Amino acid sequence: MTADAGGGFTAPRLELRQITKSYPAVMANDGVSLRVMPGEIHAVLGENGAGKSTLMKIIYGVVRADAGEMLWNGRPVSISNPAEARRLGIGMVFQHFSLFETLTVAENIALAVDGPFDLEALAARIDAVSERYGLPLDPGRLVHSMSVGERQRVEIVRCLLQEPELLIMDEPTSVLTPQAVRGLFETLQRLASEGCSVLYISHKLEELRTLCHKATVMRDGRVTGMADPARESAAELARLMVGRELPVCTHAPAREGGAVRLEIDGLSRRSDDPFGTDLEDIRLRVHGGEIVGIAGISGNGQQELLACLSGEQPLARAQAARIRIDGREAGHLDTAARRGLGLAVVPEDRLGRGVVAAMPLTDNALLTAHRRGMVRFGMVLSSKVEAFAGRCVRDFDVRCSGVDAEARTLSGGNLQKFIVGREILQKPAVLIAAQPTWGVDVGASAAIRQALIDLRDEGVAILVLSEELEELFEISDRIAVIARGRMSAARAARGTDMEEIGLLMSGLSSDAQLECAHD
Amino acid sequence: MIRLEPRPRASKAMRYLSPVIAAALTGVCGVIFSALAGLDPLDTFYAFFIAPIDDRYGLGELGVKAAPLMLIATGLAIGFRSNVWNIGAEGQLTLGAVSGGGLVLLFYDSGSAWLLPGAVVAGAIGGMLWAAIPAILRTRFNTNEILVSLMLNYVALLLLSYLVHGPWRDPEGFNFPESRLFPDSAMLPVILADTRLHLGFLFAVAAVAIGWVFVRRSFIGYQMRVAGLAGGAAEYAGFNRARMIWIGLLAGGAAAGVAGICEAAGPIGQLLPSISPGYGYAAIIVAFVGRLHPIGILLASLLMSLLYLGGEAAQMELGLPSAVTGIFQGVLLFLLLAVDLFVNYRVRFKTTVVEEALS
Repeated sequence: MTADAGGGFTAPRLELRQITKSYPAVMANDGVSLRVMPGEIHAVLGENGAGKSTLMKIIYGVVRADAGEMLWNGRPVSISNPAEARRLGIGMVFQHFSLFETLTVAENIALAVDGPFDLEALAARIDAVSERYGLPLDPGRLVHSMSVGERQRVEIVRCLLQEPELLIMDEPTSVLTPQAVRGLFETLQRLASEGCSVLYISHKLEELRTLCHKATVMRDGRVTGMADPARESAAELARLMVGRELPVCTHAPAREGGAVRLEIDGLSRRSDDPFGTDLEDIRLRVHGGEIVGIAGISGNGQQELLACLSGEQPLARAQAARIRIDGREAGHLDTAARRGLGLAVVPEDRLGRGVVAAMPLTDNALLTAHRRGMVRFGMVLSSKVEAFAGRCVRDFDVRCSGVDAEARTLSGGNLQKFIVGREILQKPAVLIAAQPTWGVDVGASAAIRQALIDLRDEGVAILVLSEELEELFEISDRIAVIARGRMSAARAARGTDMEEIGLLMSGLSSDAQLECAHD
Repeated sequence: MIRLEPRPRASKAMRYLSPVIAAALTGVCGVIFSALAGLDPLDTFYAFFIAPIDDRYGLGELGVKAAPLMLIATGLAIGFRSNVWNIGAEGQLTLGAVSGGGLVLLFYDSGSAWLLPGAVVAGAIGGMLWAAIPAILRTRFNTNEILVSLMLNYVALLLLSYLVHGPWRDPEGFNFPESRLFPDSAMLPVILADTRLHLGFLFAVAAVAIGWVFVRRSFIGYQMRVAGLAGGAAEYAGFNRARMIWIGLLAGGAAAGVAGICEAAGPIGQLLPSISPGYGYAAIIVAFVGRLHPIGILLASLLMSLLYLGGEAAQMELGLPSAVTGIFQGVLLFLLLAVDLFVNYRVRFKTTVVEEALS
């Protein structure tokens, strides 16, 4: 690593000039220019779909630009694949890790490192790097036994072994507890002080303000502004990112004393997947008129819990009483029967689960709303379906060319509004929503959160599973934490804070000490 | 530089044009093949595609061959739409002929007006029972219905062969492996004078209509479309997968069974060791050329029927081997799959800007 602390003219570590990349349906990057100086932590800020990830893939050689220039330490370069990028000194940590779960840390790293295959020497180097940057890691451990935060450390160490001059981090904190985020920031600051540049992609404003020296803001594939994140307020950054003021949800406290509408009483279930999470003795009560949020790092049992609650994996007959909907035993019932009891579910995956991509909105309305008098004598009453779909589009402001529009032609945000609307219009007793605003633009997110709060005020019991702590604090009345398949007691959202929830998110796991060691 | 580029979304026009293009290209291939074989391409084309249907009898034959194809393809398409892959229509057809024909032979001398309807119902039941085997194995033990239904085809053929060589052989048939000729009361009436076009053709057209209503209007048909397009969405909505597998397989089995008894009680008039020139397999091609759509299936079955007739004519007129029918079927399916590439992709002629910019 080179330290460019010396005076005089310093060429930017990386300079992009007028990078353009178009896909058949969308202009991903439109004349994007960017400069990263040595030792600078540079934020690339933008909503989902703003073109950040495409830009990073161009830099890392995964995708080729249609037009534009790239300069590396002042020299024009053309990077045609990631191996070339690594040779130049560019490392990248992707949002989704590429690790083999059945291999050890050292074995995984050996796969990406050039040179002779010598695990012992490699293990020594891993130890050295992880100690130097405060990234505790055991080279002999199998990856499947590691938490998401630890896996991210493997990816970072793998990059650092190449002694990069530029490290690209794609949404690195979306899988971390607040405590682990602080540890990551210390590592990045240490790297920067040694002259390594960091390109840091995120849509979380607060963390950029504490970490980054500079920010480039993108919207719809274009650069909309440059900013000094420490000086600008979060609201100002948001305005650059979204193009208008951030909408805020109105949120009065929940009314007390609603009846218990969803009860989970000692739910345990072994996972069929060897790398899945076993659920252990989960207990939770959701009253009518409140929103309970379940926080947790992804992969701690949320999917398994959702499958048990929705009925996609019903329990054995003997365990029927483990789940009750409006007092009635539902554990053994399948999805259809539970919907009959008044359950509605907003799934995590939109396309392919929440809706059928190739079907029009009318047919997608029928998917779960068919109980509302849309079928007679086994035949579909298309006028009723159209009326329902039309109401859904109108009431929830779904932007589309009409109810005949195929689901895949809608943006993520509009599609999610349609799905949430479809479930709400069925007047459920209990609504379960998984990641309701994941990958949804800011405007639609606010609309969806408001819709959930309005539904709560009508006396519906709502359970929200989310990895976004900010979201949970914004809408939840009570928050519980799931970690390693166990659930903490729910506590009032107003009586706790992110710090405490963050500790719980990692605290029940075996790497509690490691995570705490960062403080 | 020519390159393939994914379309932003699948082309609707190409979806419907592609079978037409494939059929036209099949004709072109036929011309090329005959030129290579040293025949006059125009004569061959005429003998193959025009001569077989240039009179009333020929048109009747077109219907006779199209009927089983249409019927079976409509039944199969119901399963195919929900990713239930029944490849066993040939066996289900055979079992339809065995059960329907068995009933006829059992009440041979009754002369009852109920014998024919009874035989058709028995044919449907026979086909369904044969299709129930892969269905039960799939829903119980998660076996692959493609393999099971395909292998059962050979079992069915051997069963029929045993019956006509043994217990059901015509005692006055000079030891030929054939059953007795069906009595008139058990034969499907001819619906177009001076041809062999029989009532089975109307069954097939009715099946197309019922299939259309089922797929487009019924709720279970909707559920099966969802399951075929997005299994995850069907799971999320709580649609019963086992029920769809049963319906998908039984619909194909019933249609094939009816087609089987209609062959035995129609153009053949008895049970023979082989009662189908591969209709059960050809119907799979018909279903896909017809885009699993009832109207498409109707047109595709006429095309496939013409290929059968043309193949027979080519054998008689031009002395070509019988394999010529199979070649045309294969070429048609091959070209359809090839042309289907352009539903999701398009060809672009352009130079890339990147290389110039970065060099």
